Amino acid sequence: MMRVSKWVLGMTAAVGLTVGAMGSASADGELHLYNWSNYFSPELLEKFEKETGIKTTMDNYASEEDLLAKLQAGGGGYDVIFPGPTTLGTMIDKGLVADIKVNQMENFKHVLGPFQTLSVDADRSYSAPYMWGTTGFTYDPAMVPGGTLEESWSALFEPKEELKGNIAMLNEMSDVWNAAAYYTGVSKCTEDPAEAQKILDVLMAQKPFVKVYSNDGTIDRMSAGEVAVHMQWNGAAHRVKANKPGVVYVYPKEGVTFWTDTMAVPANAPNMDNAKTFINWMLLPENAAAASNYTGYSNAIKGSGEFLSDVLSSDPAVNMPEEYADRLSGFEVCSDASKSLRERVWTKLKS
Amino acid sequence: MTNIDSTAAPVAGLDSRKRNLRRQRVLLIGPAAGAITIFMVAPLLLMAWISIQTRDYSGSVVWNSYSMEAYMRFIFERNLDDTLSLNFDYLLIIWRSMWLAAITTILSLLVGFPTAMFMATRPRSWRPALVFLVTVPFWTNLLVRNYAWILLLRDHGTINSALMGIGIINEPLPLLHNSFAVSVGLTYSFLPFMVLPIYSSLEKLDMRQVEASFDLYATRLQTLRRIILPSAMPGIIAGSILVFVPCLGSYVTPELLGGGKTMMVGNLIGLQFGAARNWPFGAALGFGLLAMVLLAMTFYALKSGKSKQGISL
Repeated sequence: MMRVSKWVLGMTAAVGLTVGAMGSASADGELHLYNWSNYFSPELLEKFEKETGIKTTMDNYASEEDLLAKLQAGGGGYDVIFPGPTTLGTMIDKGLVADIKVNQMENFKHVLGPFQTLSVDADRSYSAPYMWGTTGFTYDPAMVPGGTLEESWSALFEPKEELKGNIAMLNEMSDVWNAAAYYTGVSKCTEDPAEAQKILDVLMAQKPFVKVYSNDGTIDRMSAGEVAVHMQWNGAAHRVKANKPGVVYVYPKEGVTFWTDTMAVPANAPNMDNAKTFINWMLLPENAAAASNYTGYSNAIKGSGEFLSDVLSSDPAVNMPEEYADRLSGFEVCSDASKSLRERVWTKLKS
Repeated sequence: MTNIDSTAAPVAGLDSRKRNLRRQRVLLIGPAAGAITIFMVAPLLLMAWISIQTRDYSGSVVWNSYSMEAYMRFIFERNLDDTLSLNFDYLLIIWRSMWLAAITTILSLLVGFPTAMFMATRPRSWRPALVFLVTVPFWTNLLVRNYAWILLLRDHGTINSALMGIGIINEPLPLLHNSFAVSVGLTYSFLPFMVLPIYSSLEKLDMRQVEASFDLYATRLQTLRRIILPSAMPGIIAGSILVFVPCLGSYVTPELLGGGKTMMVGNLIGLQFGAARNWPFGAALGFGLLAMVLLAMTFYALKSGKSKQGISL
């Protein structure tokens, strides 16, 4: 992370110098980005600087808690941040992000229909979509009896005899809870203890057959053939295919959670206008595609497909086939009672 | 002016010397006291404060809203109709942490004591090199060492491949992702904390006492029990505490080597501060852990006080 951000800083400085020397683009102020590490293309940032003459810097955070804490402590001088919906919702409630009227921006028309709204920001006043992805599962046909699995969570929750002890789950409370909720047909924001018990029953019955619950090394584990089936994020599934082209990423029929990250502007951003310029610029298809090509995740911009690299556009794990669209289930803000049930189920599963 | 000064000088000199001494003392104690206040007392007070607050829907701490809810959650869970019922999930996790920490301590002792004995009986000139070797693993990050154990223990890892290679087993042994892997990993991580204190106790043992005991027809076992163990005891106790306490709070090893299947209290606390966003409960759990450690230490202090075998940690 340090390496990347130093590199970006170095590059930024270099670009700044070049631009200054050429004198062609006038320095129109600065823009400070705050993002996950390895989540923004340095080349794309360079392109932005060239086209607008705005000098950029990029800092990285390791968790959204860090981001929230920094903003609550007074901002840290950042202009554009990349929170997920939960964090964004909290920020909107607490007045930490600016109403920048994203929905009135020139390039907002490029945003795909489902992404023109967000649970916590219904009319997209505060935020623009950045990357999005899904949490499904991946399997290796060579290690599965018959060579295919049904497109259902049952492959994981009620594994076939040969797959017992040969499956891996993500170690992420909400992702695991959501998948079990889709599978049992229970609302993922349920407040009913009896329904939560159903979810717990499914997870407890599955536990003896799970080799490992882990978010780290999922790509490695699949590539090395340590497990046959792995609950996985689609970007990771895409990267498994680089080592093992045959693997299949499944969008289970009961439902697939999709997550989105957004671009937003802190309420006290020092360079508000530049931040708006940046977000509008990022909604252009070719720029969104460049971001996807770097991160390996999908963007939410119409017409970006033609700018995607072939490896991405030809992979159904990244470029989701149309017919799966109705399986997607977006993020919902659950009540405190529901979150507390979720946490209790998770603790019982692990105690 | 000069007259007055010359008569007052001796007295003032004494006074200022005393004052200097006092100032020196304050200056000398200051950094240590300051460090303890900043790095220990202040965070503990903050944690105590947070543990008696409530939190809002987003998980932020609501300041100045006192509640003992976090501590109640140790044993009770609040049902949706606000009645309380018993819930032993958290105690179970704490119990398992203590159990794993105890096993690790025993394993470390079984491996560490002979190691320390071996080191202490080598020629004096070798010993610094041996101590140095014991500390070598600390040069590598804990995370990296845990990943190394994954490479050793996994199904197609070094140990299973070797065993299958020489034909002892046909199927890989399930070595990774269970309590066995966790206790191996913990023992490995904390072994030096056991070896070094025992070594420093045994180094002080006069080997002529051992010879004398053999001269008096003591058996090997008697010598070990009556001569060597009493000298090693302060080191064994110090080592056990140094292994047991950090083991209780371990976080990385259960996650990586245990396969995330069972939580230890460290993971539970991590969950509360992270995904569950319940800082008051996380802080309360931290205090529960601290209380257990303090109880164990008090017990030890009382016991060692009686036997006059006190050692200072």
